[in-house]
This record gives sequence, structure tokens and C-alpha cells, in this order.
Amino acid sequence: MTQPLLELRGVNKSFGVVHVLHDVDFAVYPGQVTALVGDNGAGKSTLVKIIAGIYGRDSGEYLFDEQQVHVHGPRDVGALGVEVVYQDLALCDNLDIVENMFLGRELRSGIVLDDNAMEEKARETLASLSVRTVKSVRQSVASLSGGQRQTVAIAKAVLWNSRVVLLDEPTAALGVAQTRQVLDLVRRLADRGLGVVLISHNMTDVMEVADRITALYLGRVAADVPAEDLTHSQIVELITAGRSGDLGIAENPATANV
Amino acid sequence: MTVGSDTPAKTSDHDFANDNRQATSLGDAARDYLNRLRGGDMGSLPAILGLVVLFAIFTSAHDRFLTTYNMANLVIQAGSIIVLAMGIVFVLLLGEIDLSAGVAGGACATIVALLMIDYGWTWWLATLAGIAVGAVIGLVIGLLVSLLGIPSFVVTLAFFLGLQAVALKLIGSGGSLRITGVLRDISIKNVPVAAGWIAAGLIVAAFAALSLWRYRSRSARGLVHKPLALVVIQIVVLAAIVLGVTALLSANRAPNPAVFNISGIPWVLPIVVALLLFWTFVLGRTRYGRHLYAVGGNAEAARRAGISVLRIKISAFVICTGMAAIAGLLSASYTGKVSPGSGGGNVLLYAVAAAVIGGTSLFGGRGRAIDAVIGGLVIATIPNGLGLLNQAAYINYIVTGGVLLLAASVDAVSRRRRSAAGV
Repeated sequence: MTQPLLELRGVNKSFGVVHVLHDVDFAVYPGQVTALVGDNGAGKSTLVKIIAGIYGRDSGEYLFDEQQVHVHGPRDVGALGVEVVYQDLALCDNLDIVENMFLGRELRSGIVLDDNAMEEKARETLASLSVRTVKSVRQSVASLSGGQRQTVAIAKAVLWNSRVVLLDEPTAALGVAQTRQVLDLVRRLADRGLGVVLISHNMTDVMEVADRITALYLGRVAADVPAEDLTHSQIVELITAGRSGDLGIAENPATANV
Repeated sequence: MTVGSDTPAKTSDHDFANDNRQATSLGDAARDYLNRLRGGDMGSLPAILGLVVLFAIFTSAHDRFLTTYNMANLVIQAGSIIVLAMGIVFVLLLGEIDLSAGVAGGACATIVALLMIDYGWTWWLATLAGIAVGAVIGLVIGLLVSLLGIPSFVVTLAFFLGLQAVALKLIGSGGSLRITGVLRDISIKNVPVAAGWIAAGLIVAAFAALSLWRYRSRSARGLVHKPLALVVIQIVVLAAIVLGVTALLSANRAPNPAVFNISGIPWVLPIVVALLLFWTFVLGRTRYGRHLYAVGGNAEAARRAGISVLRIKISAFVICTGMAAIAGLLSASYTGKVSPGSGGGNVLLYAVAAAVIGGTSLFGGRGRAIDAVIGGLVIATIPNGLGLLNQAAYINYIVTGGVLLLAASVDAVSRRRRSAAGV
């Protein structure tokens, strides 16, 4: 097996007296889609925010390319090539697709914006992701459907040669056809050699695109296994009970003496 | 509108089939424009139509309305509203409001007049000082709004009340300061006719060269661009407006042409045009302008993109009050004096009305510098025309209020249509 691109080892995180993450190990491999699943309150969002650099860690290591890195904020993480696509998308409705994709990182020649170069790069990126549902890259984002908006948000993350992309519930608000589009896009990202993390509640989506599944249960990793080793019902058991057969946490941490 | 979103993309499919890079013909461009209008993206169109209607009414009602003499007056009267509205556009872009800009302009004009009269400063030094005072007032407002999080409505209402004290204290109740020299000449003197023609010619030539160069470079690189016919039409329309206005104002417009010769563009106009060009460039072509729109559209998205929302907000208030200082000076130049009431009353509300009538959205994220010019002309035309008709002052208020209500309704309705049609 290849080495992980991004790895967390033994991460603990508490908010006051609430111990949210217990010795969590998490790895993202290049060219693979790693699904992060878990019930509400299992610690998914906290883990994502630690990876994104929004939260610090109480203990544990953050490795990128097998090197230990010191992450102090979202900018450090962005510099490593890790991009997070949040559920609420973070696009400006009054700007067009190109303007949104380059927001905050506009190309300039002198003090003037280099719109031509930006449009060319945006077009290239969208084409390389085989996005063919947008009428024009100069369309305002307000006119896009939910799936198209998600596509733009993902393309924005890819534009900067990022190596790891975290997608937070990318299909939550989408219809059937649009979910299809986004899942295809997720697969293509991994095929390009990126490490993709998919956070989802939808088991069908997870089973369809994930290569590995990491299940969190009450702040602990219940399982970290290849997707083909699991069935749909096993995942559900891991999420709801933390164990499934010989997989999972040996002792239910909710009742165990810690 | 469904944009072919129902077809699943294949991995091997490496082009985006539905991408149309340009409206290839004039017909397509016209259809695109109609679609945008129908979708609620009206821009300045309602204001331009309103201006045409007002001109038609006043021209038929009074034969002196459409004389070159009155048109020159209109330009001078509109100047200060336009400049104030241009500043207001910046705070409206962020979905904020500045109620104090009018009186801040009055206070700055007072300080400029005092510096010239009591301390003997030259006009340009005093003007710079006045604009700097405006910028500092804007800085304080911006800090209060963005750091303390007080709604801008409340902060600027407090400044609206407080800043009226400045002029009253410095000038004294019932007094006034005379404006003389260069600052007064801005309103009563004209650009030499030859210089006016040269400037007009340069503007048209520069616009034509830029549009054609843009068309060439974008079509050569296969990017989205307008059809050539549309580019040419735009150049012709701009040339007609610029050269037409120049011709109109270069003719001798004295009521008694045998005795006096009044000709040339009033100095107010080049000032407004220079500000318009500068801010249009800043808003449309610089990173700062892009960030301003982004913060107005979705502040959270802008923050996540690494834009300092705080700095953008403060800068908008600084620009707004700095422009208000210039507007206060233009207004003082027009009336020839600064009095404690300068910039108070309805001045600010007229400027907000001008921006909104011109097509700037009250909800943030939409607006251009040209909106202030078109809207300011509408607002200035109403009292100008009604004044010629010897109408009572109350009619003026009713008509202006009605026009603003109409413009705000257009803004609200088009916003609804935009979110419904999504074009």
C-alpha cells in the first residue's frame, strides 16, 4: 500500500470537560476516496476542522507527506495543498464562476486584474474535470443549480493544485441527477491522484465512491477498512453501535469504565 | 432555467458541450440582454427610461427647459448630488448605509472655507485638508461599524446629528462663509471650448481603442466576448453622447447672445467624469473592487477566501465620506457660500435616492459608479424642471419621493425575479 498523503496520529481534542476526540488516527491516501462516516456528534466536524486548521489539537501528530508539520491556521493548511469544500459552499452569488474560483487569489498584471488569464485557467480546470453542464464560465453563480454550485466549489479547490480535498456533505441538498454529477466528479478527483475525503450521511453515496471507510463512534475510530470489506448494514452498525461482528471498538465506550 | 443538468457526465468526456463562449451575432446579444432584463437584471435601464420621460414632459411643458443654458445649469446642479451618490454606492455595495455623508460634506466644506478665509491657505491645500478630514470621519465610522459591530444605520445617524454641530460652532448661527476664487469658479467658469473638444476627442478615442483591443485579445484567446457589431455600436453611442454634450455646451448659451458669450463645458463636468472613470476602474478592474463586490455578495465566503472583511468595510466608509467632502465643496461652490445648514436636510437622502434610482441595490453586492451619475441626473432634473414651471415646493417633494419609491420597487422586484429566474 502507498504511503498516506495526510495523516493524523493519536489526536485528542476537548472542549472544556467534553472529550470530543479520543486518540483518533486518520489517513488520506493519494488517488483514493476516504469516506468519513459517523452519527451526529461522533466528532466528524471536529476532525475536519482540525485538519482544516480551524481548531488546534490537544495532543497528537499532524503529518503531511510523512513529514510532521506544524499547523497554526487555515492558511498553513492551504499552503500544504489541503482544501476544504464546506457544506454551505461559500460562493458569492453576485460574482460569476471565474470570479468565484479566483476569489481572494486573483491574478493580476500590474494592478489590473488579468481577467483573460483567469478565465482561461478556470476553463481549463473545469474542462479537465469534465464539467460540461455550465453554459458559460461568465455566468453568475446565482443562476446555477445546487449541483453546479457544488461543482464550482470543488473546481475552486482543485484550481490551486491542491493535493487533498475534503468535501463536507457535498450531496446533502442535491437531487438524484445532481448527486450523480457530484459523485462522478469526486471519483475523477481521486483518479487524478488527489486524496479525497468525503464526509457523508448517505450510505449509498459512500458505498459507491469510497475506497476506504473510516467510521467514528463517540469520538473514537470504530473502523478504518477498505470499502469492499464492508456491507451496507455493517457500516450502519459501525455508525450506530460502534461495532459490527469482529470489527469495531471491542467494548462499548459509552458503558465502559474510562 | 435548466442547463442540461440531467445528463450524467462521463469520465471520458473532455469538453463541456453546452459552453457557448460568445454571443456570435448581434441578434444573440440582443436576446441575451432581453433574457437578462426578464430575469430581473435591469441595471440602469429604468433610470434611463425615467430620465427620457422627465425630459419629454418638461420639454413639452416649458420651452426653456431644453435650452443649452438650462442644460448647463442642470449639469452644475447635478454635480454635487452625483459625487455624493458615488460615495454612497460604496457603502450600499456592502449592504450598509451612511446617513451622515451629507453633513460630513458640509462640515468639511466649512473647514475648507475657514482654512482659506481665516488662515490664508491656498485652495488646493485647503481642499486636500478637507478631503482628509472627511476620510478621518469615515475611518471612525468604519471602525465603529466593523469593530464594535454597531449597525451602520445607528452609527451614521449619530454622526448625522453630531456633525451638524461642527458647522454651527465654527460659523455661528445665521452666519455664512463666502466661497471665492478657484473653488467658486468650478461652478461659474467654463473649460475653454478648444480644450473641451480635445478632451472629448481623447475620451472617445481612448474608449474606442480600449474596447477594440479588448475585443481582439479576447476573441484571439477564444474567451467570452461580445460580437464586434455590439462593440462598434457601444463606441458609436458613447461618441454620440460625449461629442453631443460637448457640442451643446460649446455653443454660446447666453440668454442674450449679442451681448454676452457663455460657452464651454462647466468645470464641474470634467471633475465628475474624472471621478467616474477612476472609480469605474477601481470597481471593475482591480483586486480591491472585486473584493468589495465579494464582501457585499457574501461576507462569509469572502472571509473564507482570505479577504479581510474588516478592512474592506472600513475602506468603503473612508471612500464614502472622502467623496462626501468633495460633494460638499461642489455644493458650496454652486451656492457660493457655506452655511451651518450645508449638507443637512434632504441632501443625503437625495444622494441615496440617486444611487438606488441609478440601479445600485440596497441589499448589497450590486452597483456601479455610473449608477450615481444617471440617478443624480434624474434627481437634479426634477427640481430643475419643476422650478421652470413655477411649481410650489411641495410638488417637488412629492415627485422626488414618488420616483424613489418607484426605483426601490424596481430594485426589490428585480431582486425577487433574479432569485426566482436565477439568470
